Amino acid sequence: MAADGWSWFPVLAAGVSLFKCLFISSYRSTDFEVHRNWLAITHSLPVSRWYHENSSEWTLDYPPLFAWFEFGLSHVARHFDGDMLLLHKQNYASPPTVLFQRLSVIVTDGVFILATRECCRCVQTQKASQKAVLSQPPFILAVLLLWNFGLFIVDHIHFQYNGFLFGFLLLSVAKHLQAQHLQGALLFAVLLNLKHIYLYVAPAYGVYLLRSYCFTESSTDGGIRWRSFSLLRLLALGSVVMAVCGLSFGPFIVMGQLPQVLSRLFPFKRGLCHAYWAPNAWALYNALDKVLATVGVRLKLLKEAELPQASMTGGLVQEFQHSVLPSVSPSVTLVCTLLSILPALASIWRRPRGARGFLRCLLLCALGSFMFGWHVHEKAILIAILPLSILAVESREDAGIFLLLSTTGHYSLFPLLFTPTELPIKVCLMLMFSLFSFCALRKLHSGDGSLLHPLEVAYLLGLGMVALFSEVLFPLSPWKQRLPFLPLLATSVYCSVGVSYSFLRLYATLLRSDSKPKQH
Amino acid sequence: MQTWSLISICVLLGVVVRWGVSLNSYSGAGKPPMFGDYEAQRHWQEVTYNLPIREWYFNSTNNDLAYWGLDYPPLTAYHSWLCAYIANIINPEWVKLHKSRGYESPEHKLFMRTTVLVADLLLFIPAVVLYCLYLTDGSSKKKVSVLLCILLYPGIILIDYGHFQYNGVSLGLALWGILGLGLGWDALGSIAFSLALNYKQMELYHALPFFCYLLGKCFKAGLMGHGFFLFVRIAAAVVVTFALCWLPFLSDPVQALQVVRRIFPVARGLFEDKVANTWCSLNVLIKIRTLMSSDAQLYLSLVFTLLAVLPSSIRVLTRPTFWHFKLALVNSSLGFFLFSYQVHEKSILLAALLIVPVPLCSMLPLLLKDGLLVPYAVTSTGFLLLSIYLLSALDHCTEDELQLTTYRKLFFFPFKSDLGSAMVGLSITSVTLDPPSHLPDLFPVLVSTTAYLLFLGTIIHFNILQFSGPPSKKSQKKSN
Repeated sequence: MAADGWSWFPVLAAGVSLFKCLFISSYRSTDFEVHRNWLAITHSLPVSRWYHENSSEWTLDYPPLFAWFEFGLSHVARHFDGDMLLLHKQNYASPPTVLFQRLSVIVTDGVFILATRECCRCVQTQKASQKAVLSQPPFILAVLLLWNFGLFIVDHIHFQYNGFLFGFLLLSVAKHLQAQHLQGALLFAVLLNLKHIYLYVAPAYGVYLLRSYCFTESSTDGGIRWRSFSLLRLLALGSVVMAVCGLSFGPFIVMGQLPQVLSRLFPFKRGLCHAYWAPNAWALYNALDKVLATVGVRLKLLKEAELPQASMTGGLVQEFQHSVLPSVSPSVTLVCTLLSILPALASIWRRPRGARGFLRCLLLCALGSFMFGWHVHEKAILIAILPLSILAVESREDAGIFLLLSTTGHYSLFPLLFTPTELPIKVCLMLMFSLFSFCALRKLHSGDGSLLHPLEVAYLLGLGMVALFSEVLFPLSPWKQRLPFLPLLATSVYCSVGVSYSFLRLYATLLRSDSKPKQH
Repeated sequence: MQTWSLISICVLLGVVVRWGVSLNSYSGAGKPPMFGDYEAQRHWQEVTYNLPIREWYFNSTNNDLAYWGLDYPPLTAYHSWLCAYIANIINPEWVKLHKSRGYESPEHKLFMRTTVLVADLLLFIPAVVLYCLYLTDGSSKKKVSVLLCILLYPGIILIDYGHFQYNGVSLGLALWGILGLGLGWDALGSIAFSLALNYKQMELYHALPFFCYLLGKCFKAGLMGHGFFLFVRIAAAVVVTFALCWLPFLSDPVQALQVVRRIFPVARGLFEDKVANTWCSLNVLIKIRTLMSSDAQLYLSLVFTLLAVLPSSIRVLTRPTFWHFKLALVNSSLGFFLFSYQVHEKSILLAALLIVPVPLCSMLPLLLKDGLLVPYAVTSTGFLLLSIYLLSALDHCTEDELQLTTYRKLFFFPFKSDLGSAMVGLSITSVTLDPPSHLPDLFPVLVSTTAYLLFLGTIIHFNILQFSGPPSKKSQKKSN
């Protein structure tokens, strides 16, 4: 089939794009109104007012390059329905508006498709050319990325532009895998100025580029050779990054609005957790706190009246005060995050394992920030799942970790689509993706034993039970009124276990390969 | 990858695509006073749930036949009753007599769409899977490709999940019938097909090939020996099935007659709306509807229909093999569609069950009326892309090469020819441009006429194919 080339790629890409069009009329979250509002802000107001405008609660809180992106979109939007660009038209959602917004996501996904193609190029085709196209790593990777369940439901139903953004991330990773580091750095700089959540993985970039790009050679044992420092390369890198940031923030610095912009980008007034706890370490912490509080009250060690009344439902943002365990502040989360990613960074500094080592470090930074960050969104798990797909088609162990993390992570996104109409969609798509990933990866890495440990299999089956409980049994049960948050709590806590476990396993793979240096 | 996992993924994809289409509008949404097929189905639930059986097909103060009176055979009525029973448990407002007329709400839409999906999951999809697994030859890759193509066939998805109907039930039952016959379980297959007939009378389009094939088989097995027993078994199965379905109506001949009168409305004209069949197309040149009396129209269509379907049916009678049977099915349904009386555009789905995406374009005017342009464009393009890719990919397999070339000729014949491109061009123009004011129906008529010519070509092609015999020894030709 080698002569066939890549004829399957356009079919996959076109197929998924057409598929996305089917869901234009499905449920939209408030993010739809957020982006419509930003279209209105950037179109109707001068640049100096962009980050001051707050007549709507959905203020501009992405970096300037994204604002320019919305500005560009607004000019196309004019031809669909000019009314959506009016500031006062809150929650405006006429059919042409919906069509335009949905199509803009589908079209900008072109960046993601391009990135997928580049990543597939970096993944080696297996030697046995008689193997069917379905069992080749590039094909499997293309499906895992293009038809990723999480990305699909967050972008094309819930409504966001993650495909566009992840396209930049994956393209940057692909460039690094192809040893074109300046391009990779440029793409990442652009990405940072589009959405600053990718600061999560910036340390990985920083350390890797400094160590592997600025120091042109390593000594024979893989250690650092200080003499090979190239000032030219450092300057090149620096100027690329500065240029992009300058282009993006420049106008606002000139206008003296930098503090205002930064305060919009980093609103630390929000609580430790979102209304629905992302499945990270703090979810476990909160759950433990709740359990201890309940036990304490039962055992009469605590008085119920003294406990802070924190409701777990309702509202988008909330403070969270813990009752028994010490409360957590933003600085604590920052310290925990740094501590969690430090070993990974140190590892690739001491002994870089090329671009794949960088990718592994990037994953660990993403997961570490997810685990310990402040006000983390459950959608952030995609920053870990998508790049992990690349490693999964190349290594057996990573495939096992990928199966666990992706299934858990994807299931944790279920509460995003809570309408009954969307239930068949999310269940069928989840089953499709999981079935494909399990079967394809198992076939690809067919060796001795299965990819997953029996305990991991048991965990995943348990996930199915949680799903059954939350989606089917609970809504039909009498507890629905009294304990409305129970399914969310269950999902959050159960998935945190899986995510934490995957984090630890990924760390183990990095540190293990650190102790016995091997070629990448 | 293992076949079962590929099949599961195909089925799941089929279900998701169906549900995606169902998110859109339905027939007659928000269009009082008559609304559309969606309201018709809801009304049947209301009627069957609240009224006793003997009143279902009769005009009365409680049952106004002019407002979507029941015009399908009893099995549809029983199905409606079952849905109404569940609807009443969830929300009685949905089926309250008289008061629920024109009821529309998001929850009700969800309920109705779910009933279609459940029916598909129980009847149509398993039949398709089994058909592709056991009655399609070739590698497992080819079987899965065929499964994918049939499941993603836009026609049935758009009509059932967009416009709103239950074709999946009747087509599913018919497919179970074909499956039974293909696997040699003639009695069971006959029962399934009888059930299909009792669900929608349009299945009569397929009845002649079934009859001729089974009769031919009996003759071949010897009327004095095995053949006779076979004949008795099949006849008994069919008679019992019909009796069970019509049981409540058999007590009184007036009842039975009324049902027949409702399901075969000969009072209407030769055609309604713009359908891609002979009479509608002929009407463009000669105003046949006004020229001839309604009785004459009836006889004319009967004669031509018989002329169109008899050759292939007689052929299958003399050579009762499964291959001949399949082709006869195609020819018969196309023949009925093209020449029969009071045909609706949805009837083409029956022929399309086994072949050709062209019928899709001819349904465009209907789908546009329902506001289903986007799903139409998406599913048609997707289906086209997928079929072309899979066909060219499968071409690399050396087995069944002869069949594949005819297979490809069949598929591309309507498309590479000028008519095919005309169809696509017409579809695009009918969406983008407004017709001139003195010819308001210009585009629907043009679309129907072009489709008609394509269908005519197809039926001629298939008749030639059937009479030239199967390509090589044992391998059956799969026409899709």
